[in-house]
Amino acid sequence: MAFDFKDKVVLITGAGAGLGYACAVAFANAGAKIAITDISQDALDKAVDDLNASGAEVLGLLNDASDSADVNAMLGAIVARFGRLDIAVNNAGTATPLQEFHEVSEAEFDRVIAVNLKGVWLCMQAEIRQMLEQGCGRIVNMASATSRNTFPNASPYVTSKFAVAGLTRTVAVEYADRDIRINAICPGNVATPLVVSLVEDLSVLATKHAIKRLGTPEEVANGVMFLASDLSSFSTGSLLEVDGGWNAI
Amino acid sequence: MRLDKKVVLITGAGGGIGQAAVRKFVSEGAKVMLADIGTESTQSLVDELGSDQCACVAVDVTQADQVENMVRATVDTFGGIDVFVANAGIEGKVGSIIDTDVSNLDNVMAVNVRGVWLGLHYVVPVMRDGGGGSIMITSSGAGVQGSPNTACYNASKHAVIGLMRCAALEFAQFGIRVNTVNPGAVETRMMASIVDGFAEVGAGDFRAMVEAVTPLGRYGQPDEVANMMVFLGSDESSYCTGSVYMVDGGNAT
Repeated sequence: MAFDFKDKVVLITGAGAGLGYACAVAFANAGAKIAITDISQDALDKAVDDLNASGAEVLGLLNDASDSADVNAMLGAIVARFGRLDIAVNNAGTATPLQEFHEVSEAEFDRVIAVNLKGVWLCMQAEIRQMLEQGCGRIVNMASATSRNTFPNASPYVTSKFAVAGLTRTVAVEYADRDIRINAICPGNVATPLVVSLVEDLSVLATKHAIKRLGTPEEVANGVMFLASDLSSFSTGSLLEVDGGWNAI
Repeated sequence: MRLDKKVVLITGAGGGIGQAAVRKFVSEGAKVMLADIGTESTQSLVDELGSDQCACVAVDVTQADQVENMVRATVDTFGGIDVFVANAGIEGKVGSIIDTDVSNLDNVMAVNVRGVWLGLHYVVPVMRDGGGGSIMITSSGAGVQGSPNTACYNASKHAVIGLMRCAALEFAQFGIRVNTVNPGAVETRMMASIVDGFAEVGAGDFRAMVEAVTPLGRYGQPDEVANMMVFLGSDESSYCTGSVYMVDGGNAT
């Protein structure tokens, strides 16, 4: 494998399952010290146990990314344990059940925006404050192929992911002169617990992608590691698609 | 190694980005066919890197018979093609649309678009018969943005994004991925030529203008573009197709 993150301190939010967990495994295998968060204690405990069993150095933190006090405490705990934060992967996200726009409740909209948009906002603020003190840092936000494409009946999710793309690009420009590179990754559909919970027929979903299959968590993790590594040293504010050709259709 | 046993064909291999890509591909274990308009710039690189790892062929990418010959030479030498980098391109003349002869448009489109189309036309059947592969087209920041005085170049670099998207959809069924790599301002002969062109038509210091609007505040190095090419050529990017990959210092933000 191309990537070497030996002794780098990497935060992955929402890493109890799915893409976040795959990223945690990938960074751990590449030698990183990792901090992972999740909003579910059970998912977090299982992920920490599994990562520990593989020999990784891992700090698990129960965390609600939409709560600023919680996010600031998370950063404090990471710095207390590891002394710094080299790479942050802002992955924590959620979605509503698929439903037509006029049926979506205000509360559901608020919840998705709180986690997927405000959560990235709050995490980036805390991370960048630490990275400014250190003098460098790398951030990868989990956007989506739906940061550019439509997905009918997922309006809160799509709205939040378009917003994450704009936030990523703007903030990247603000800190480009201080050695903080900020990019986003735009995955197509992967059979994560979130996607499986929302979509009845995954085989139909697969046909939306030119490659005619869903992606794997490892394929997304590869893109995340590319953006977090020095191999992408001239990229900031970019959206890296790992979407099986969904956007070309 | 990330490209172990893969055969890479790259056009424009003697240029700044091309040479950097060749070095990276070879260092990752690939066999590389270096194609360029002549062999002066590529033969010395073959001599340096070793003829067991690479070879060179002369090609004018605007000529169908020469492109066909280039593909045949690659297959004869290395047995197939796993990765094709359609990288040959020219910048043309700098100048306003109203002050430029239409021959400049024809010349730029011939190399930058017709040349890529011909490459796809002859490479894809080989790649399909070999079970799949990865194709990348060198587009540009100019493929997603406008700029005064470079209309022919920008039009050509926009065009190959459309070509790429169609190719990605046509060839996914063969296990062939197709993407563009879009460098911003990179330290190469081509960029120096464009800077000279701007000075000649009195359009200002293009380098200073570019650096001022690039968030990372500098030119990129050819190696930084080559790193993206290795990623897209390798199996690490197995779910990436039909997309535009910026290596532009944040310019397109």
